[in-house]
Amino acid sequence: MIELTNVTKTYAGGVTALAGVSLRVAAGELVAVTGPSGSGKSTMLHVLGTLDRPTSGGVRIAGYDVGALSDAGLSALRAHRIGFVFQQFHLAGGTTALDNVADGLLYTGLRPAERRRRAVRVLHRVGLGHRMEHRPHELSGGERQRVAVARAAAGDPPLLLADEPTGALDTASGARVVELLRELNEAGTTVVVITHERELAAELPRQVRLRDGRVEQDGAERDRAERDGVRA
Amino acid sequence: MRPAVDGIRPSRLWPGDVVRGGAVGLRTRPLRAVLSALGIAIGIAAMVAVVGISSSSRADLDRTLDSLGTNLLTVSPGRTMSGAEAKLPLRAEDMVARIGPVASVSAIGEVADTNVYRTARIPEAETGGLATYAVRTDLRATTGARLRAGTWLNAATARHPAVVLGATAAERLGVGRAAPEVRVLVGGEWFTVVGILRPAPLAPELDVAALVGWPAAQDRLGFDGHATTVYTRSADADVAAVRSVLGATANPAAPNEVEVSRPSDALAAKRAAGEAFTRLLLGVGAVALLVGGVGVANTMVISVLERRTEIGLRRALGATRGHVRTQFLAESLLLSALGGTAGALLGAAVTASYAASQGWPPVIPPWTLAGGLAATVTVGALAGLYPALHASRLPPTTALATP
Repeated sequence: MIELTNVTKTYAGGVTALAGVSLRVAAGELVAVTGPSGSGKSTMLHVLGTLDRPTSGGVRIAGYDVGALSDAGLSALRAHRIGFVFQQFHLAGGTTALDNVADGLLYTGLRPAERRRRAVRVLHRVGLGHRMEHRPHELSGGERQRVAVARAAAGDPPLLLADEPTGALDTASGARVVELLRELNEAGTTVVVITHERELAAELPRQVRLRDGRVEQDGAERDRAERDGVRA
Repeated sequence: MRPAVDGIRPSRLWPGDVVRGGAVGLRTRPLRAVLSALGIAIGIAAMVAVVGISSSSRADLDRTLDSLGTNLLTVSPGRTMSGAEAKLPLRAEDMVARIGPVASVSAIGEVADTNVYRTARIPEAETGGLATYAVRTDLRATTGARLRAGTWLNAATARHPAVVLGATAAERLGVGRAAPEVRVLVGGEWFTVVGILRPAPLAPELDVAALVGWPAAQDRLGFDGHATTVYTRSADADVAAVRSVLGATANPAAPNEVEVSRPSDALAAKRAAGEAFTRLLLGVGAVALLVGGVGVANTMVISVLERRTEIGLRRALGATRGHVRTQFLAESLLLSALGGTAGALLGAAVTASYAASQGWPPVIPPWTLAGGLAATVTVGALAGLYPALHASRLPPTTALATP
């Protein structure tokens, strides 16, 4: 699902955010990317989400060579293959939960009626069937984040990227959101959670620790070697 | 793994989604939307009203000309070679009547040094600028003057101290009705007001005059019998021919001492002058529209700055640069269209109420509305172009980095 080969990212001004990262994430994995501030987590999210291109190195997402796609091609890739969940939710104020989720499918080319149908289904799935006509300010933080997860999952993307999904939530709401991400993963979605919270990361099957733009530790290295061995 | 080139392609937005996306800014900031659309509205309203009012006024003139006809010619004495005021010969009317195509002839003659007063107590100097004319009884048919009240002079009343007042004259004298007991002082004698005229557009000199019968003027006011204006009507096709011989016919001895004119030309000239003024006002309206466009552009620039996060989110959801550009362009067009529609309605309302107050037929040419719409779309597109391009070029990562 994700193949990073020797990826570097240097920003204008000479700051190196990623200094040669290689990472493989197989389809169906649930991975935590952790690390202290400034370790390159955000840049990693941008590269994985095709929001930014690396300075050098190869990036393949969901089978597509990111370097070979045009800006419009990357947009289409995001529309059809990648779902995003942000720490700040980024829901449209004054718009109902249902419309927020349905608008997540705006750029997929689906008809409005179909978008709403899917939005209703996914909102039921995240347990917000009774909150569909509520606006963001009428929802709790946890509920807002669940709406955001529903928006990311509405199009059934094979890859879901969550950027500090529990960062703005209390423990109980955060746990509910993590549970949702697990459920989505069990249903077949590859989920990458970017977080600086060690406790959250420790709950997930695989942890990738970044430090100074490099992979310091990959918790699943041994497991995957075994699995690859079996497949080969 | 899937092959690198798979069926994923940036999708087109449904038209409804384009409109809905463009309406986001309007919905979330309605006051700002209304204020920025107001500039456009004022510009379009100004232009529609200017064109509408001048068209209505022109329609009214056309209607007047239609009902009055453009085949009226007048003959008046000019000046002699030495600069003195000339006189038309006493037989001028008869001569003019003999021109073949002339259908009707009538005349008025100014009664010199004869003023009109409401009562004898009015100081002599306050003449009110009113003149006294001796008139033929067939004057009304030839000039198209219509009565507002009372009756016109007939063969009998033309011999008696009876007077018909022009529209302005009646107003200045404070005479509102014609009745046997309503009298005015003409040249020191009491004359009974038998009728009051409506304004006569083709013979405006009648508006500010007291009209008395030809014989009465000669008998009672010392009128010399010389006509000062001879009116003729002829078939439309013959007007030019009649005009060419009119001067020489009226005064064969001194054709150069005669002025021939066509009163409807004066109305047409008024119309042409109005058109020039309309163009000037239209320019003023265009400036207002331009200022309105700058207002919309300003609003759009601020809107893009404020909505960087939204733009980033949309990019993350799969919007292409084109989608973002379309959204902001649609917003700008919607804003302008909103203003344009309101402006067109406002302009139409102003035209209708002004025309109603003037008694004109309200006319708003369809091309005004089409032109207003085109101007609106152009302004909206130009105002939205730069902000939309700017929005589409924001890198998604910068846009998502919330302060």
